[in-house]
Order: sequence, then C-alpha cells, then structure tokens
Amino acid sequence: MAFFPPHLTLVERSWYIAFRIICACVLFFLIFPIFVIVPLSFNALPYFTFTPEMLAFKAVGYSTQWYKEFFTDPNWQGAVKNSVIIALASTSIAVGLGTLAALGLSRKDMPARSLIMGLLISPMIVPLIISAIGMFFFYSRLGMQGTHIAVILAHAALGTPFVVITVTATLVGFDLTMLRAAASLGANPTIAFFRITLPIILPGVISGGLFAFITSFDEVVVVLFVGSFKQRTIPWKMFSGIREHISPTILAVATCLIIVSIALLVSLEILRRRGEKLRGVKHS
Amino acid sequence: MATDFTPLVANGAQLKAALRKNKAKQKRKAFLLVAPLLAFILVGFCLPILDMLSRSAENQLIVKNLPRTISALGEWQASSDNLPGEKAFIAIAEDLQIAQKLSRATQLGQRINYELSGTASLFRKSGRKIENLIPLAKESSYKETLLNFDQKWGEVELWRVIKRLSKPIIPDYYLAALDLKRDMQSNSIDLLPSDERIYLGLFARTILISLSITLMTLLLGFPIALLIARLPARQGNLLLVLVLLPFWTSLLVRTTSWIVLLQQQGVVNDILVAVGLIGDDARLRMIYNTTGTVIAMTHILLPFMVLPLYSVMKTISPSYLRAAISLGAHPISAFWKVYFPNTIPGIGAGAIMVFVLAIGYYITPELVGGRTGVFISNRIAYHISSSLNWGLAAALGAALLVLVVTIYWLYDKIVGIDNIKLG
Repeated sequence: MAFFPPHLTLVERSWYIAFRIICACVLFFLIFPIFVIVPLSFNALPYFTFTPEMLAFKAVGYSTQWYKEFFTDPNWQGAVKNSVIIALASTSIAVGLGTLAALGLSRKDMPARSLIMGLLISPMIVPLIISAIGMFFFYSRLGMQGTHIAVILAHAALGTPFVVITVTATLVGFDLTMLRAAASLGANPTIAFFRITLPIILPGVISGGLFAFITSFDEVVVVLFVGSFKQRTIPWKMFSGIREHISPTILAVATCLIIVSIALLVSLEILRRRGEKLRGVKHS
Repeated sequence: MATDFTPLVANGAQLKAALRKNKAKQKRKAFLLVAPLLAFILVGFCLPILDMLSRSAENQLIVKNLPRTISALGEWQASSDNLPGEKAFIAIAEDLQIAQKLSRATQLGQRINYELSGTASLFRKSGRKIENLIPLAKESSYKETLLNFDQKWGEVELWRVIKRLSKPIIPDYYLAALDLKRDMQSNSIDLLPSDERIYLGLFARTILISLSITLMTLLLGFPIALLIARLPARQGNLLLVLVLLPFWTSLLVRTTSWIVLLQQQGVVNDILVAVGLIGDDARLRMIYNTTGTVIAMTHILLPFMVLPLYSVMKTISPSYLRAAISLGAHPISAFWKVYFPNTIPGIGAGAIMVFVLAIGYYITPELVGGRTGVFISNRIAYHISSSLNWGLAAALGAALLVLVVTIYWLYDKIVGIDNIKLG
C-alpha cells in the first residue's frame, strides 16, 4: 500500500483498511437496493428475482413489456397525469406563499418571529398519518374529500415549510443596502424585488420548490385519505399495487422514478453551486 | 428596507413618536408578507389537526340523538344494580323512533357497541320494529314490551354505558387508547386485564422498534459520515451524492426494493441458497415481520442520520486529533476523548430526527411489517378506514402527537429547531 505515510504502524494500517471496508459495505447497503430494481424491471417473466436466463445474459431473459404496460395502460397514465398536475399546482402555491412569508420573516421588524416560524414549519413536524387523518376529517366536513383541489391544498400545506426554510436560508446574508441603492436610483419596491432580490434568492426558491415538488410527487398517505381513485397518483398506484398484487410493472415505474430522482438531485447540486457563486459575488 | 421620508422634527419627543410610528409600519409590512401563508397554514393545517383532536373527546352523536333518555336517566344511579324505571324506557323508545326516522339508529348502536358489544344489532333490530312496539307498549308498559322484545334491554350494563355517554365531552376514547377502563359500579379507572390490552403494547413496540432503527442508523451512519467529512472535498462530495440519492428516491421505490430483496423467493434468499448457506427449504423469513420493518426503515432513514452527523463533523478541525496524538495520546483514546465528544450535537440531532420520523411512520410498516412489524400509525389508519371508530383513531393520533411534540420540544431545548438541515 504505497499511499500510506511511512510512519504508520501495521495496526494503524489494518485499522484504516477495515474502516474503509466498513464504509464501503454501508454505502453498498445504501445504493444496492435502489439499483437492484433496474435490471429486474427488464425481466421477461413476472418474477421478482433473477432468472437463469437473465444471469446468463441471454436476450430471451429480458423484455421491455413492463415498460410498455406502464406507458400504455390508461390506469397508470392517469396516475402519471394526476401526479404531475397535483405536484405542479401544490408546488406553485407553496412557492408563492412560502417565498412571501420568508421575505417577511427575514425582516428585522417581524413580530413574534419564533412563534410564527414554529407554526409555519409544523406540517414538517407532525407525523404524516396525523396530518392525513386531520385533513380527511376537515375536507370531509367541507364535502371536498375526493377532489383534486383538496389534495392540492393538502400537499401545498405539506410543502410550504421547505420553501420557507430554504428561502430564509438564502436571505440570511442578504445585504439590505443593495435595495436602498436601488431605491435611491429610482426603482420602486416591485422593480427592486424582481431585479435585485429575486435573482439572489432564486436558487433558494427553486430548491425549496424542488423539495415541495418531491414532497407532493412522492406523498401517498394524504392522497390515500383525502383523495380517491380519481386522484390516484403514481405512489398511490404503487402502494395499492404492492398491497394487493405486486406486478413487475411496479419495478418499471420504480426505475422511471429513480431516473426522476437522479435528475432532481443533479439540478439541486447545480443550484447549490450557483447559489454559492451568486452569494460569493456579493461578498467580494 | 423602505426609505420613507420622515419629516424633520424639532424636538426629541416628536422624533421618538415618528420613529415609533415608522417602526410600527415596518412591523405591519413584515407581518403582511407572512400573513397569507400564516392564514393558509392556520386554516388548511392547524384547523384540521384541532378538528381531529376535538373528535377524540366529542360525543355529539349520543347527546343529540338520545336527549330524552339522557334526561330520564338523570336520577338513576349508575352504581345501582336495578334497572332504571319505566320513564327511561319510554324515553329510549321515543328517541329510537325519531332516530329511526332520521336513519341514525344503526349508527347510534354502533357507537355504543364500541363500549358494549352486541348493542349494534340490538339498536338495529329495535329501531326497525319500534313503530310496531310503541302501540303495544302503550297498552301495557314500555319496560315489559322492550324486555320481551329483546332481553338485552334488561342488562344494567347497557344503561350504565348510556349514562356514561350522556355528556357532550367524554374521556372514553382516551381511556381506550391507553387500555384503561372505567368501572361504572365503583367509578374507578383501571387497567384492562393483560390479555385485553392492545395499545400500551403497541405504543411500547412502536417506541422500541423506532429506538432500534435509530441505533442501527447511528451505527451505520457514523463511519460513513466520518469518512465523508475527512476526505478531500471532491471525493467527499461524490460520496455525499451516494447518500443523497436514496434520500431523493421515492419512498415506495425503496420499500419495493426491500420487498424484492428480502421476500422468500427474493434476491437475498436466492443468493444464500445458491451459495449453499441455507437449504432451499429453509429460506429465511426476513420480511412481513419486525425484521423487515427494521431493515427497510433503517435504509430509508439512514440519510437523516448521516447528513446532520456530516455537517457537524465537517466543522471539527482534524488538528485537534493530531494535537492529541502528538501529546502522546493513543489514537483510539484520542479519538474517543477528543473527536467523539465533539460529534455529540450531530448524534443528538440525527438520532432525534430519525426517532421522530420512525415513530410516526405508516407506509413502510404497512407494506413490509406483516403482523408483528406494524406501528401505532397503522392502527390509527385501521380505525379510520376499516373499523370506522374515528373517535378512537383521533385519540390514538392525539397520543402520538403528544409524544412527537414532546420529543421535538426536547430537540429544540438541546439542539435548536433552526438547525434542521436540508440536503
């Protein structure tokens, strides 16, 4: 092992190697279960394990039939449509209200800040099952149980804490003199917001929005209680599918969802770097 | 932010007043920005939760639909062994007649059935026949007629239950949620006999499984957080992505993976059989029980442990360790006495985060928990959608909420709620 510093003893070297092996095992435990699904979703047979044909890499062992089913079955396509509609609508509400609130919360004159902050992030703290049954009772009383609007409003409430937290975080180092400079140059508050504040908090707004989006897109407990079959989302279909009869279509759907999450992860990472750069510009 | 023009003032008092006015205006402006979201959360989130909590103690169904019976039972002592008098039987017949017309008799019976089984059918049957019974009763006595129709009307316990349910707010759902029973004769509250207890054990199991999940995530998460924090930034970030990917992957995808891996015809069992560690007839049962819940939830919650640990470890300077070793400490004792104590805030934050998330989990235990690996949340969902005992579900939910809020309160005391980190 050439890369060890020469002063290390044998015990230290073996401990170092053991530590690396432990870490590799844990990382394997984290990642393997997610990717094991991908090859299985191409199984030609409706099994959830590797068939001898698959292990021998024979073409007969593989097929794209489960993807075909996912993309053609109106039941699944309805779920995709619902998921996207509900997630987009609830994210817009969450982003709009959350950004405004974060702007207010970051002002130094905000009264009762910690109490209000506590209330605003409570949807993140309360266990989902409790939020779900509370909303189930509430929307049933209003006669809205089983409507898209109820699910959208419920998801918006669950998503706002993420927007509030991320946008507040980007506003922490915000330099107020820039707004004063804008005002002194004749910009009214609206123009100053769109030209100065928004570009700086944009990474926070977008990453908060992504959190809100994935919260809704991946959420199933609230949809189960507040929604009905008409509001079925992808997770709803997966949940009922796993509970009743697990078909390999679920693995194909899962593979597609993994691709979505990788895309989200990459865009968040890009945003994070961009945000750091933007705020870095301000410091210099 | 707003640079409103403050008129020049002549003396200090005026200046103070003008400043105060301006300050109040700034406060109002800040509050107005928060107001829309605050209103939305109060109405769309806090109100539903309060609504749920109110259901855990309300008793409108009985109070509204059995008003005559309740007032007729006013003088009757629940501790007596004698049936109430004719008055009460007249009252229940009239109440039932009206309830039947509003088609609520069955619902009433079901409500009382939660306290005393057999009442649902009694109310349904009596409600259906009440129009024929009343003329008969008018000729003789209501009490005899009802007793002849069904002798369950002669059970003192039934009347005790109705008497107990005669208040608009009752603690009974909470008693049931904590496996307690009120004895009407002695008016004392006792624990149910051990074979009838359900919820205390379930709460204990939920807490115990959540604790073991927390411990597992700590054992697995500590080494990788340490590795990522001590690697150079470039490699560290790469490994961090491996932790974040599961974090961003759909919960149902991860649960599905574990079903695929752990079931008896699943990948892990296949490998073990192929390697020859176990026989084909001795495949391990690793899912649809507590083991399944613990494995799957450890995987799902691991990122919530690694991320706070990592963010704390990143701030610990490696020179502390070097200093300790250069001063003659053995590397192990240097780690234990110098590095480890510095990671405790991270351990605390991660542990409480994982524990609180685990204790309220529903989806994963429902899918992989089988009979022995389910949580209190699964029981709540069962009462909402299957047994329809909403009051009990609400009381169980309230108990769970109290538990979670207490833990968060501790978290806030120890670490501060603002330290929640996202990704």
